[in-house]
Amino acid sequence: MEPHASAKPPHPAGVALPRGLNPDIALQLLQQSGHGALPGEPMSDAWLQALIDALVDLSSRDALTGLANRRSFELALAREIDRVARSGEPALLLTLDIDHFKKVNDTHGHAAGDLVIQAVGRALAETVRPMDLVARVGGEEFSIVLPNCPAAFGPQVAERIRKRVARSPVEIAPSESVAVTVSVGGAFAPQWVRTTARLWMDRTDLQLYRAKSEGRNRCCLEPTAVPLVSAEEKGLLFASSTFQDLT
Amino acid sequence: MNPAIALDTAAPTQAAAGGAVITAVTSGKGGVGKTFIAANLAAALARQGERVLVLDADLGLANLDVVLNLYPKLTLHDVFTGQTKLEDAILPAPGGFSVLLAGSGMIEYSRLTPTVCDQLNDVIQRVRPRFDRVLLDTGAGISDVVLYTISLADEVLIVATPEPTSLTDAYATIKVLATTQPRRLIRMLVNQVQRPGEARAIRKQLQLVVDRYVNSGLDLPVMIELLGEVPYDTTVRESVIKRELLLESAPGSAAGQAIVAAAAKHLAG
Repeated sequence: MEPHASAKPPHPAGVALPRGLNPDIALQLLQQSGHGALPGEPMSDAWLQALIDALVDLSSRDALTGLANRRSFELALAREIDRVARSGEPALLLTLDIDHFKKVNDTHGHAAGDLVIQAVGRALAETVRPMDLVARVGGEEFSIVLPNCPAAFGPQVAERIRKRVARSPVEIAPSESVAVTVSVGGAFAPQWVRTTARLWMDRTDLQLYRAKSEGRNRCCLEPTAVPLVSAEEKGLLFASSTFQDLT
Repeated sequence: MNPAIALDTAAPTQAAAGGAVITAVTSGKGGVGKTFIAANLAAALARQGERVLVLDADLGLANLDVVLNLYPKLTLHDVFTGQTKLEDAILPAPGGFSVLLAGSGMIEYSRLTPTVCDQLNDVIQRVRPRFDRVLLDTGAGISDVVLYTISLADEVLIVATPEPTSLTDAYATIKVLATTQPRRLIRMLVNQVQRPGEARAIRKQLQLVVDRYVNSGLDLPVMIELLGEVPYDTTVRESVIKRELLLESAPGSAAGQAIVAAAAKHLAG
């Protein structure tokens, strides 16, 4: 790619303009996302640093809600897994899905759908602690990483978030609002042991499916106790004739 | 699901770099012969020319010393507290392998803290280059110490007996490992088997339950592989009471031969 016409060779000790970075396109991206003017003289070290910082910030946020996007969520999750494996502190991962979101889109249009997503995103961000990370990870799906969250508080935190969304109808047009609910699934990271992001997310997803199938607008957290072997599982375990012959 | 997150299916391994293959021997239920199997498996591996270390990772209630009839002056406890060097706590055991015993006074290590994690991990990484095989004899149950110890190993071997309680606990162990650790291959050895082929039927049934209740929620299924079956054998009881290794006192016994066969399979990978 041609370097930008106005790009001067960077100061040897200063901030180098990455090769192939077109500052005009970068500036357009920033403007489009509502970013204000960058400080300093264009192409100066301070200006370039601000440009890079703004681009980094932009690439870690979800455009619609301003929350962390999937990319930065995955980074945060990996960091949290490292921390939990080292410190043994409890950490909770919640995954939330807006109930019957398709109906909102179908009935009120996609613009209304976007308003609902933004409102839920705001509600989530307002309900958690500053140290928690709220991310929009998919269409109407959000995830929250809650570091140092004791197991006993898990259900309370999840319930507080669910209630906050349920009692805040979203105004989608003047004097028209829709009631919105979320289903919440959650699981704690295994303490001390290094898990993978995928396994942790799978466990919360499983709880989210449970919350959905049990009727939505509810929270399901994975039981923190040692996984119990259900009577059904035992039944199958001992179904083999091998064992029956033994007794 | 997001393909951007790499799913780490293999346990952390440095075996390829020339260090020992580390195997956690665990059981869920106590009293199924886990330590007996670990010690005799180590002796069988040593007979094949392997440099083998058995590390008593049952930090709370160690009994490898009892099984081997050893009265160690230096233990893991002394290594952890800095009272001795690691080299001096690695002792020769009957059967031609080495042991690192937990010893008494380890009760304070029966709960995990960052210090215990670091110390255990440090010891395991330091013994890795000196041996071909390291067996971690974990405690019974699925406490955080046991789960952490297993997470440090390249492989896991679950010892069970055909008793329903043992199988239930083995299954619970597999279930918790499947959902919290990336490992997808779990080996199994069935002890005190009453008739040939029983272990195969048990493995098949366990796999069936795992497929239905555990694997249905996983991207990559957990597979249980049978390492072998050790028949119920009165010579085992005799050697245990005399506190001798079966592979020393009765290597030709049915149980002894079964352990030798399991060791051969273990070596074959």
